[in-house]
Amino acid sequence: MKLNLKIWRQKNKDSKGKVHDYELDGVEEDMSFLEMLDFLNNKLLNEGQEPVAFDHDCREGICGSCSLFINGVAHGPERGTTTCQLHMRKFKDGETVYVEPFRAKAFPVIKDLIVDRSSFDRIQQAGAYISVNTSGNTQDANTIPIPKHNADEAFNAATCIGCGACVASCKNSSAMLFTSAKVSQFSLLPQGQVERESRVLNMVNQMDLEGFGACTNTGACEAQCPKGISVKNIARMNREYLLASVKK
Amino acid sequence: MFNSSIGRKLIMALSGVFLIVFLTQHLVINLTSLIPDNGKVFNFISHFMGNNPVVQFILQPILILGVMIHFIMGMYLEVLNRRSRQTSYVVYSGKSGASWASRNMIISGLVILSFLIMHFYDFWVPEMVYKYVEFNPLDENRYFHELQEKFYKGGVVKLFLYCVSFVLLGLHLSHGFSSSLQSMGITRGPIKIATKFFAIIVPAGFIIIASFHYFITTINH
Ligand code: HEM
Ligand code: FES
Repeated sequence: MKLNLKIWRQKNKDSKGKVHDYELDGVEEDMSFLEMLDFLNNKLLNEGQEPVAFDHDCREGICGSCSLFINGVAHGPERGTTTCQLHMRKFKDGETVYVEPFRAKAFPVIKDLIVDRSSFDRIQQAGAYISVNTSGNTQDANTIPIPKHNADEAFNAATCIGCGACVASCKNSSAMLFTSAKVSQFSLLPQGQVERESRVLNMVNQMDLEGFGACTNTGACEAQCPKGISVKNIARMNREYLLASVKK
Repeated sequence: MFNSSIGRKLIMALSGVFLIVFLTQHLVINLTSLIPDNGKVFNFISHFMGNNPVVQFILQPILILGVMIHFIMGMYLEVLNRRSRQTSYVVYSGKSGASWASRNMIISGLVILSFLIMHFYDFWVPEMVYKYVEFNPLDENRYFHELQEKFYKGGVVKLFLYCVSFVLLGLHLSHGFSSSLQSMGITRGPIKIATKFFAIIVPAGFIIIASFHYFITTINH
């Protein structure tokens, strides 16, 4: 199949980027979206042109490295799927496909389609950890009873791969879904209780410092999250945050 | 706490819920104007609301303050949120997953604000002038008649403006009510469905009342 690609090209952080047109023939239905870009890059290299820079690592939908805003949707048209797991059979022959980087003030573009998502790392560093007693009589986690419901909810929150699709799709570039998943994952488990209050206060504070917007509960994040993280986590984080602020 | 994104959302939610409470009592009072008793009950309540010092000098200023807080915080959040995306997308399918009402609270909100200004000009300003500028004598039976006169004189244009505003109020509430619960940390569930009903029934009630008085007076003239 043949595609009309409209890809964002930007030399570096400080330069002004723009959309470039590429006609790509010979795309196969079985290619993943990233393989299609590899195919394009081979062609560009053969023609002596600069290849398109994009992020990826596992290509298995588990690491959260891949990104891309495809035809106005984070990770493209298929729900619950990362860009690396998206296949070209979801596109039509002759289709025009816009490929842009995830956009937010807190996700500056480094080059072409690659954005700097270290703001997420800093939010995690602000509180997404637990204190474990390593004196030698550490309790085995498997011997601590945890209600099934809490274990499931914590696990669901922990499936967040931190790709940033929530920020990219939110009209406010809010990072509330990501932050709330990371807060929930710990606050639901016994191991997370020691830092329960300081965690949510510090992580939300860092989230605000990074320049993400505020949530207006539109739900775009949940709809476009490749892991289907629920906005219920945001309500939980709001609750935890408000209670912790009152207690402080 | 109120310097944080979640704290600001709490202010938005609390002021919004406060306005919802006000709106509900306003609707209940207005519904009494539909009782076929020549405005007896409506006049009685209106006279009470208009002359009770607690309502006039405590509740009314709180209400105005509430609207101002909600409006100013809404605009402020809108500006901050817009700033958090510096370069906009060439193609942005905001539709995916988010309702029109949820993405355009600022538009429905500004329509409601314009309506409030018109509504104040129609009812509140003349009332203040009557009571506190011209110092007219108390008249317990004027309210129902004044209400009907205003809808008659306003004509179909005013009726239309009122109805459009109520539809946008419905949209604002269809997102805003359940959103405020989420902002306060209440996990939505069955309550969410109840809030959607509220967002239909309350504006519909106002539309029925406005239309009723317009048509009744137009037919009688
Ligand atoms: C003065 C005109 C108004 C403006 C400019 C306005 C604007 C806004 C804005 C920008 C939001 C934030 C959107 C969001 O967070 O999702 C909002 C939320 C809300 N508004 Fe209004 N609004 C107005 C009047 C009203 C009225 C009269 C009511 C109630 C009868 C109301 C009830 C709500 C509620 C319940 C929320 C949700 C709060 C939350 O999300 O936590 N608003 N409004
Ligand atoms: S490359 Fe790892 S999730 Fe897509």
